Amino acid sequence: MTNTLEQKPAAEANLKRKPLKPRNPISHLVLGAMVIYFLIPFWWILIASSKDAQGLFGGGSALWFGENIDYIGNLTALFTFDGGVYLRWLGNSALYSLSGGVGATILAIMAGYAFAKFAFWGRRFSFSLLLGAVMVPMTALVIPTFILLANLELTNTIWSIILPSLLNPFGVYLMYVYAKDAVPDELLDAARVDGAGEFRIFLQVALPLLRPAVVTVLLLSIVATWNNYFLPLAMISDTKLYPVTVGIGLWQGLASQNNSGGASLWSIIIIGALVSIIPLAISFLSLQRYWQGGLSIGSLK
Amino acid sequence: MTVTNKPVPKGKQTAPKKLGLKTARRANITGWLFMMPFTLVFLTFLVAPLAYAAYLSMFQKQLIGGTTFVLFDNYAKAFTDPEFLEGVGFVIRFSLVLIPVQMLVSLALALLLDHLTTRFAKAARLMIFLPYAIPAVIGAIMWGFLYSRNFGPMGELFGLLGATAPDFLSKQLIFFGLMNIVTWQWAGYYMIIIYAALQGIDTTLYEAARIDGASTMQIVTKIKIPLVTPAMVLILVFALIGTLQFFNEPQILRPLAAGAIDASFTPNIYAYQQAFLLANFNYGATISFALGAVVFVCVYIFIFATRRKGGFLL
Repeated sequence: MTNTLEQKPAAEANLKRKPLKPRNPISHLVLGAMVIYFLIPFWWILIASSKDAQGLFGGGSALWFGENIDYIGNLTALFTFDGGVYLRWLGNSALYSLSGGVGATILAIMAGYAFAKFAFWGRRFSFSLLLGAVMVPMTALVIPTFILLANLELTNTIWSIILPSLLNPFGVYLMYVYAKDAVPDELLDAARVDGAGEFRIFLQVALPLLRPAVVTVLLLSIVATWNNYFLPLAMISDTKLYPVTVGIGLWQGLASQNNSGGASLWSIIIIGALVSIIPLAISFLSLQRYWQGGLSIGSLK
Repeated sequence: MTVTNKPVPKGKQTAPKKLGLKTARRANITGWLFMMPFTLVFLTFLVAPLAYAAYLSMFQKQLIGGTTFVLFDNYAKAFTDPEFLEGVGFVIRFSLVLIPVQMLVSLALALLLDHLTTRFAKAARLMIFLPYAIPAVIGAIMWGFLYSRNFGPMGELFGLLGATAPDFLSKQLIFFGLMNIVTWQWAGYYMIIIYAALQGIDTTLYEAARIDGASTMQIVTKIKIPLVTPAMVLILVFALIGTLQFFNEPQILRPLAAGAIDASFTPNIYAYQQAFLLANFNYGATISFALGAVVFVCVYIFIFATRRKGGFLL
């Protein structure tokens, strides 16, 4: 601990704990094996995206490049297949997940802040309703919501995906837990004494303090909507409104049905799958500073 | 929102809990204003669909005679319907095996990452988490290919040993094939939650234990694991809710695993089948509602039972 050259890592280790042993070869080996397991599908899809049908099904190694490495060709095929419908699907996914995610997050911030900081009438009862809602599986709501929206003639529209995606009871709960401690009552009172309106206090005092929770809830809501399959599968019948998950599911069903004609479709499906996971992978990796702390909110009390 | 209320009289600075009548009324109004948007969505997309499903589940559509009120006949039908019960049986068996495995894997990973402070451990944390960002549909497609005995690496690997690769898409092994996909997808997310809880533990506890002569193993079993129990309870609840609702992965693997996954493989697949392919909305709503109610009751009982130990939610 007298290491002066490596101040930063030493200080960091000190803050957390002293390493139990200087090196842990066995632990690292185990961890390395686990990492390989978790990364194999990613490695496979990276390799398989470079292949044509011949390369995929011709008997070469599945975990190494074939003779032809043709990412460009596959990408061109992907974005021109069926009149370029894939790009549309990507755009739909972005539209649904951004509007649904941002909307759900705004609602969650406001409701969580209200639960944490205002003794409004019916607060206890509303909170127990919220906790009950956290336990209602969202997929159980899909068919009932479909029937309801069908009566309003809203199915097969973008609203049938965006509006139900606004519901995120767990996000409200996370916000409540975080806001309870992160926003001191004294600070709010001081702002009130200074004559600030409640909405302004919320925007200028509370919101900046809630940032880690906001990023976490936003990311979780966006991922949930981007990855959602059951809801759009049920709601949307027009393939032009499909998000990318349902679209690829459709292709995969087609490709499996006709084995001969489906072979060339598979290489499009695989590169389509790769392209669809890139945006979320990048946002998770680049925003890790925020969500890694935020994910623990619900479990640390 | 530009209306500025008069400052709170400074009479009760010492007790912020005791609010004046005026302040209380203001808190009431402001609180509900902030609650309003979420409340609207809550009523429209949670309460209304559930109420409507409950209503629909009490009717039956006949070929002749139109729709008739049958009260609980649909539920009686569901709970004696072998296809529905088969699906329920599957998801329960699946949860009983999957959830302990998943929790052990994520706990072990979290303890390992908490123990190692190297740069590699830091990178590993992210890489193990990455599958969480992958749509279930894409995960199932990737693993479907990896399982393929003709085109995947399984054939190669087992071929090296001179053995035939197991077919994880067959009727016998689909259980484990699906279990692997779900574990791969979620273990990293659960790991991060446990890891964060471990990082939150006061390190002076370890030092005190070590002075008292505790071994590393004792620190893990006597301090770390008991202190992350609330996080584990949280995970268990999420895993239970998710697994009983199993839909995406088996639905995607259905065309690949011919014969191993049928139209009533899980209750959700069965409900989807009834509602969208057979246009039997009343029965589909019944199954959805019954399943949602079963999950809700199970989870609520579980949380109530672990309330003292865990402290999740309540």
